[in-house]
Amino acid sequence: MGLFQNLFQSKEKKLKAEKFKIGMMKTRKGPLSSLKDVLTNSKKIDDDLFLKLEEIFIMADIGVDTVVEFIENLREAVKREKIEKPIQLENKIVDKMFELYLKDEIINTNIRYNHDGLTVILFVGVNGTGKTTSIGKLAYKIKAEGKSVMLAAGDTFRAGAINQLKVFGERVDVPVVAKEAGSDPSSVIFDAIRKAKEEHTDVLLIDTAGRLQNKVNLMNELNKINRIIKREINAEVYETYLVIDATTGQNGLSQAKIFSEVTDITGIILTKLDGTAKGGIVLAIRNKLGIPISFVGMGEKITDLEYFDIEDYIYGLFADFFE
Amino acid sequence: MAFENLTSRFQMALRRVSGKAKLNISDIDEMMREVRLSLLEADVNYKVVKEFTEEVKQQAYGEKILKGLNPGQQVVKIVNDELTKLMGEKTVELNIKAEGMTVMLMVGLQGAGKTTSAGKLANYVRKTNNKKPLLVAADIYRPAAIEQLQTVGQQLDIAVFEMGKTKPEKIVKEALAYAKKEGFDLIIIDTAGRLHVDQAMMEEIKNIEEIAKPDEVLLTVDAMTGQDAVNVAKSFHEALTLTGCILTKLDGDTRGGAALSIRKITDVPIKFSGTGEKLTDIEVFHPERMASRILGMGDVMSLVEKATAEIDEDEAMNMMEKMMSGKFNYDDLLKQMKMIKRMGKFSGLLKMLPGMSSMANMDKVDDKQLNFIEAIIGSMTKDERKKPELIERSSSRRNRISRGSGRSTTEVNRLITTLEKQKKMMKRFQGINPETMQNAQNQSPTAMPGMMPGLGGTNPFQAKESRAMRRNKKKK
Repeated sequence: MGLFQNLFQSKEKKLKAEKFKIGMMKTRKGPLSSLKDVLTNSKKIDDDLFLKLEEIFIMADIGVDTVVEFIENLREAVKREKIEKPIQLENKIVDKMFELYLKDEIINTNIRYNHDGLTVILFVGVNGTGKTTSIGKLAYKIKAEGKSVMLAAGDTFRAGAINQLKVFGERVDVPVVAKEAGSDPSSVIFDAIRKAKEEHTDVLLIDTAGRLQNKVNLMNELNKINRIIKREINAEVYETYLVIDATTGQNGLSQAKIFSEVTDITGIILTKLDGTAKGGIVLAIRNKLGIPISFVGMGEKITDLEYFDIEDYIYGLFADFFE
Repeated sequence: MAFENLTSRFQMALRRVSGKAKLNISDIDEMMREVRLSLLEADVNYKVVKEFTEEVKQQAYGEKILKGLNPGQQVVKIVNDELTKLMGEKTVELNIKAEGMTVMLMVGLQGAGKTTSAGKLANYVRKTNNKKPLLVAADIYRPAAIEQLQTVGQQLDIAVFEMGKTKPEKIVKEALAYAKKEGFDLIIIDTAGRLHVDQAMMEEIKNIEEIAKPDEVLLTVDAMTGQDAVNVAKSFHEALTLTGCILTKLDGDTRGGAALSIRKITDVPIKFSGTGEKLTDIEVFHPERMASRILGMGDVMSLVEKATAEIDEDEAMNMMEKMMSGKFNYDDLLKQMKMIKRMGKFSGLLKMLPGMSSMANMDKVDDKQLNFIEAIIGSMTKDERKKPELIERSSSRRNRISRGSGRSTTEVNRLITTLEKQKKMMKRFQGINPETMQNAQNQSPTAMPGMMPGLGGTNPFQAKESRAMRRNKKKK
């Protein structure tokens, strides 16, 4: 029995993971569900099988470099442990996938609250990944935990962005600090932090305009935002979430790399996981840059945001192993 | 980044092949392995890559290649040609009726950029085809989506039809009647982002298509999409009859392999690309350019053809002679800039050649800066270009040039200083034998060894930087 299968012996755990399974239901019909087929239908472990495995992982957007590395590890393990039957690879693959993500670390992706004052959470990312929607969802979640929440409309660029955030503010019933469209985002954020402090708000969620990571001016703007927050909350540590769309391919890696050069990305929010895309690039991001995933978005409802759990995620990817 | 590694690996493979008189099968296999990885890194669908590399291999195994005089050139050419063929060789135009109403339907996943593209497209077609556009707000789900379209409409001075949160089918029906009555002849319908697996939402878009009978059904696809692009395009194409794609966010650093996958799997042409934040940032899609971007070898093709060609060496030698003789003028400066720019693109490859690693900094001369210089020099008379002293002496000439080029007098002055500096530098080099000269250049981080003496630090765009650097040094 692999480490992984043991994890799902408890009923409670399994129940929680089911949620992921449902979110990724359509996902499972994609390439990864063929993993079991490939293993069952292969007679021996050979180059052909490894090539098929490579295909399956690349189709999940796990990233060419990471897949190549992963397959290499798998080959070594097969040799070292003298694994002969393809089906025996089942546990090995899941375990290795686990190792790839955990890297012998204990990952705590809970929000690190500042218990003596204001906790600031900044949302960054390229255009159209779902930053504003994720803020709405997270605001709902944090409020449900009994904390007071405020939103800052730092996306002053995209048409309708401020109003979109205001709609979420109304829906979740939390205040929104906004200025008119086109104003300097740093000044909105400055005001919002002041206001949140005055009102003893627990958590301030800051929206920013979508920006492609190769736009130098926009990244400089983000740098300025980052400086202002640091100065105003007198803290080196606050949460900065990079929002990544699950349909994103290899570019996710470039996004994570360049955004973390400008801000201290503390976690990733993986959105739109309810489609057929797997968001496998986050595994490559973790593997290459060490950034963990904090939350996943799996639907249109305000409640459709979950704390990321690698066990659940892998369960979602390999669910047909457990049926 | 990983992709750079792959590019250089490919270029290494290419170099190995380029040096040989003949290609053998293992050479081709090796190159195809790199091509395969490079395409996968660009997010081209795995199955598409598999087929593609097989096809190219078959071609390359052919006699033609093995007998060829320059085999490396031929393999790259085959790869590039096949890729271009796959992408579609020609730009596919929009279906726009000369008379009467043209209707376009924008569809796609959430966050792909439908609303922005709808605005950009309306503005573009209004200009190119002299149409009176109407934008229709049929996304009733995402908060503030209607407002977003209205804002876009306002910015472009284009009318927007909306009915709040009425059923989209009804909105479209009413919009068409309204357009007819008011004489709008280009209707662009913005719809809600939807997952291709959301049955209810896909049903809705089918109904809208039936009502609108669009001339164009355009799938908006994020250029950064990974392997899933194929599933998305296939599903939308099954539900609707897609007539084209708009590839958005192409101004990012993604290589956009999704474009190739979509084309290959659905045969739907990509018609436009979104290339920036401004509402005028939309371009007709050029498949042949996309092919080389996806391949990630950018200018390998042109490099094979041009960079090693003697013509460049000749040009460089002429330039050097010109410079050494002290008769360096604005015509020469412009030529030099263009040479650097061309070389800059190749910096990745040149880096691998011994002694050429300093070239890495050369790509700082970007199009924009070169355009400014071109504008300034373009505003000079022929005489002034040949005799720089004319401008130096006369402030009225300088003012005229500044006005003519739309650049500030400071920039004009900076250009004058640049030319001066360069000439001075040349004088210092006179009488030094070529070998010592090469050593001298290697000291300077921006110098191009053996090609363009004394260029380091005299580039007008680096003038600012170096002043700042000097200031910093003083502080220390």
